Amino acid sequence: MKMDSPEINTTIKSELTPPVNFISVYIMGKEHKIPDGLTIMKAMEYAGYRFVRGAGCRAGFCGACATVYRMKNDYKLQTALACQTTAEDGMYLTQIPFMPANKSKYDMEHLDPASNPILHLYPEIARCVSCNLCTRSCPQDLEVMDYIQSALRGDIEEAARLSFDCIQCGLCTVRCMAEISHYHVGQLCRRIYGKYLSPTPQHLLNRLNEIETGKFDEAMEELTQAPVEELKKKYVARE
Amino acid sequence: MKFAYYPGCTLKSYATNLESSALAVVKKLGIRVEELPKWHCCGTVFSLADDDLVHQIAPLRVLINAQKTGADKLLVICSMCYNTLKQAELLFRREPDKLRTLNLFLDDEEDYVNNVQVYHLLQVLRDYVGLEKIYYSVKKPLNNIKIAPYYGCLLVRPEEVAIDDPENPTILEDLLTVLGAEVINDPLKVECCGSYQTVNNKDIIADRTYTIIQSARSRGAEAIALDCPLCDFNLDKRQKETEKKYTDFFPMPVYYYTQLLALSLGIPESECGFDKNYVDPVKLLKEYDLI
Repeated sequence: MKMDSPEINTTIKSELTPPVNFISVYIMGKEHKIPDGLTIMKAMEYAGYRFVRGAGCRAGFCGACATVYRMKNDYKLQTALACQTTAEDGMYLTQIPFMPANKSKYDMEHLDPASNPILHLYPEIARCVSCNLCTRSCPQDLEVMDYIQSALRGDIEEAARLSFDCIQCGLCTVRCMAEISHYHVGQLCRRIYGKYLSPTPQHLLNRLNEIETGKFDEAMEELTQAPVEELKKKYVARE
Repeated sequence: MKFAYYPGCTLKSYATNLESSALAVVKKLGIRVEELPKWHCCGTVFSLADDDLVHQIAPLRVLINAQKTGADKLLVICSMCYNTLKQAELLFRREPDKLRTLNLFLDDEEDYVNNVQVYHLLQVLRDYVGLEKIYYSVKKPLNNIKIAPYYGCLLVRPEEVAIDDPENPTILEDLLTVLGAEVINDPLKVECCGSYQTVNNKDIIADRTYTIIQSARSRGAEAIALDCPLCDFNLDKRQKETEKKYTDFFPMPVYYYTQLLALSLGIPESECGFDKNYVDPVKLLKEYDLI
């Protein structure tokens, strides 16, 4: 047999590739057969879609691949990250490339956490009717409505705590009937908490003071002047 | 006596003096209250539109959260929250179809089955504790300090949620009398304080505050006792605007009735939260040897 003959291709395929089950998914309404076991994102790429937007780290961290789907014979719309969710038979799929959510401009140097700046910058949070669709849509399983409600009553610390694991995918905002940009609100709360409300670590201030008053200047100078061999020795012998 | 307790946003922000004094009173009088482990905005203003079910979701969720604790009585201190939650409670009892639709919508929660009753703190004090018990619990009588009670609208309107006679409520008068105050009966006690006009039109509030406080003063009152955080904001904080507009107006202290109640029950001044009142609340109390 020649190396590029059809027979050898078939032999290699049958020996090296395990048998593949194909499932049906519906991408923007059109049926596609895709191999079982792919993520939603890979399934769509297998079917020929190329993502310019709506794809990012492919590891569940960046929040770029927000997706909305529905299972055949079920009325419920589901939300997920396309890179983290396995495509299943009978899924109706699409990608949300971008959410044109409202984002306020603010100067972090001039915010007063005591006067509920969240309500001034995002007054629409007062439109929350407690429907909880945001929480139900969150692929991070955050209590989104609870952090919006905390922000509403001025409890920035609680809002920052509850929204800590947000990856800004925007699915909460897609589902919100009050047009709230939850993820921007949560980000603002965490920023205010970090800058104004979190306890200042005394040891860090002490260390900064030591650096500024030159405690380490001499040792630093010594290191920058030391020959490479000595640096290597020091590195190996480090604590 | 055990109640689930719903605080609401205002008691955790602008009106911490109302909450701290009320909870101190509740504890002193032996009422067991437990704050709901989870609560959200009550809905703020009860929606009067017949088909506006969306705005009944928030109060329904509060009632479900109360139901989940196993409590059948829900204590509310803020009169705005009381009004909204009580009207919602009655709506769901009266219109099972609407409740059914909302239960279907809230499929992330258990169904609400109309088993929670909403109480305002004043009702609990009158009907569960009793004025007699309060009378015997007074440690420091209010020395005939001249107080005009003020109700506003939320405790007495609409009639179906009124905690007392809507036209002439006396629950605050009765309480303050028991505490040893000289009660000044003012006919404007159920007038509107101007409500949310305070956001866009402080001028209207200045007019309302002037009219209401001058009326009380002309009858001999030296202070106002009220219950609603919004009335308090308008009648107390907006006295600054009132003074600017009316040269013959002088400030008058405004107290939450819970602050006076706490004081007379011998609760430490620190728990009464007088530092949160806008018009100096301490001077008058000192004149009457109360602090």
